[in-house]
Amino acid sequence: MNMIVCVKQILDPEAPPASFRIDPATNTLVPQTAVPAVLSPFDEQAVEAALRIKDAKGGKITVISLGVNLLRDVVKKPLSLGADELILLEDPAFVGGDSWSTAYALAAAIKKVGQFDLIFCGRQAADWDSGQTGSCIAEILGLPQVTVAKKIEVMDGKVKVEKVTADGYEVVEVPTPALITVSNELGEVRFATFKGTMASKKKEPIIWKPADIGVDPAKIGAKGRRTKTVKLFQPVREGKCEIITGENDEDAAGNLAKKLVEVKLL
Amino acid sequence: MADNKGVMIFAEVIDGKLTAVAKELLGAGRKLANDLKEELSALVAGSGVGNIAAEAISFGADKVYVVDALLLKDYRTDAYVAVLEKVIKQANPRIVLMGQTTIGRDLAPRAAFRLATAAVLDCIALEIDAATKQLLMTKPVYGGNARAIYTMETLPQIATVRAKAMAALEPDGARKGQVIALDAGLDPAAIKTTVLQKVVHEAEGTKLEDAAVVVAGGRGIGGPEGFKQLEELAKVLKGAVGATRPPCDAGWVPDTIQIGLTGKIVSPYVYIAVAISGASQHMAGCSGSKNIIAINRDAEAQIFKEARFGVVGDWKKIIPAFEAKIKELQTK
Ligand SMILES: Cc1cc2nc3c(=O)[nH]c(=O)nc-3n(C[C@H](O)[C@H](O)[C@H](O)COP(=O)(O)OP(=O)(O)OC[C@H]3O[C@@H](n4cnc5c(N)ncnc54)[C@H](O)[C@@H]3O)c2cc1C
Ligand SMILES: Nc1ncnc2c1ncn2[C@@H]1O[C@H](COP(=O)(O)O)[C@@H](O)[C@H]1O
Repeated sequence: MNMIVCVKQILDPEAPPASFRIDPATNTLVPQTAVPAVLSPFDEQAVEAALRIKDAKGGKITVISLGVNLLRDVVKKPLSLGADELILLEDPAFVGGDSWSTAYALAAAIKKVGQFDLIFCGRQAADWDSGQTGSCIAEILGLPQVTVAKKIEVMDGKVKVEKVTADGYEVVEVPTPALITVSNELGEVRFATFKGTMASKKKEPIIWKPADIGVDPAKIGAKGRRTKTVKLFQPVREGKCEIITGENDEDAAGNLAKKLVEVKLL
Repeated sequence: MADNKGVMIFAEVIDGKLTAVAKELLGAGRKLANDLKEELSALVAGSGVGNIAAEAISFGADKVYVVDALLLKDYRTDAYVAVLEKVIKQANPRIVLMGQTTIGRDLAPRAAFRLATAAVLDCIALEIDAATKQLLMTKPVYGGNARAIYTMETLPQIATVRAKAMAALEPDGARKGQVIALDAGLDPAAIKTTVLQKVVHEAEGTKLEDAAVVVAGGRGIGGPEGFKQLEELAKVLKGAVGATRPPCDAGWVPDTIQIGLTGKIVSPYVYIAVAISGASQHMAGCSGSKNIIAINRDAEAQIFKEARFGVVGDWKKIIPAFEAKIKELQTK
């Protein structure tokens, strides 16, 4: 089983709201130094999905990440967990794209890797929440896709995928090669062992520039965007909460009940 | 491509009826079509869906394209992308709207790429730019911490719309429209996926999406026993129980009751958030609630910035006392 996992480095999406600032003049997010860089959480789950298959059936996992200023401690994490190879598309020309131009570059890199049975992506990157790159890669490579997966079982030449739906899940069968996007319902991800971390320190990523993967410079990064940002802004929260108090918690609870009935909410 | 005209919505059908999201899309699409002074069409695809056309017209469509084929019984990406490609090439709309649903989020990007255009997913507001006639699509980004307005020059412009973000029209049975049946023309060999099984978790009592009162619990509930208490309270209030992601991830409650960016979207009259911090990714699923009530022991919790009423304290003491008082007031 040859597997490829696409992972994106982003700012910690669970940082407190106050740490997100927007520069209205440039429509960009101003990085706050307090917010650490992490792998997008669904991408960690995509890595976990591949590792589980490797545990069960063996195989090779190649991780690809596109960006600039990729912190080695962050992007090497999959290596410390058991992935075999790390490819970085690290060049300013690659960044500032949307799902379209990002998928175009990732698909070109995947073609260069050549051998793959399964490609994994996160269901959406937790920065722009776009949720499209996986499907776009599948379309470029002409592969069947299963999105929002929570369980993947490999059989001979096929995979059986549990796909999350609004009220449960579907079991879908798909021939390989295929692209699968992974959701948090997959369950807990593993932690790196000391040994794994030490081994990953010694492993150097392979770095590919646009020319290495033969992409059209006009179609990558910001230049290749199909969606244009007209405006980026922060919603205003009103914050007019009436705090109901009492002599103790029970008393406050009673007062809340009285209040809600009085104002006809309940 | 300059002759693209009109708005098309992709109408999902469940159990022989238009879904709530499809009705909301028709409402939103009607408004955009009126602003453009162009037509609103609906695409209904599936197996045995022919009788949906009249319902789609009553909710605002001028024209309904019906693609009825046995191969479309289950949603499968390859088949539905092919249908969308065919119908969009024939109808040539300027705008295509779908729901931000299991189907819409799978279908929209792939169909958009096949049609050499782009899509924006999970939109909460749509507007026509009067000067350019382009669709401006507002979408929460960074888990709801910010919003982006996007547009694109390629046509058709494709967007998926978040549930409950738009309003459906009152159905009007007298409304007239045209129904066009199209052949799916599918090649079974090109459909690579097979749906083996569908597993549905039937929730007992009021459906979460439809409940007027939602009692939602967060990580601070601590375990499945705590959720039993919330269920009891929900029963007293004739409501439904929801949760943030951590209780679902921990297996205290089923994944299907997760509320938020990647869970269900609810907009009840009363949303009681118990031991929930108010992370933007959670609020994405409930900020449309008319009244949010927060119970949290941390007075600084973000949830109090979104709530109308709140109590600062331990839910373990507050919830039983609250329930007892409500029962007492109910019997009066
Ligand atoms: C891309 C992405 C998508 C996500 N999608 C979703 C989603 O769809 N839905 C979702 O919910 N989350 C989602 N999350 C996770 C989200 O960011 C938060 O981590 C999550 O909502 C936090 O849940 P919580 O409020 O229950 O837990 P916490 O943030 O840990 O808050 C627990 C709260 O309980 C309070 N508490 C503890 N004990 C008590 C007590 N005894 N009495 C009273 N109060 C108490 C604490 O003060 C605290 O405020 C997503 C995250 C990402 C990155
Ligand atoms: N810059 C990137 N590098 C590697 N993978 C990416 C990148 N951007 C997106 N992806 C992959 O595509 C998925 C969906 O991203 P998006 O369409 O941006 O929401 C992510 O979860 C990743 O698996």
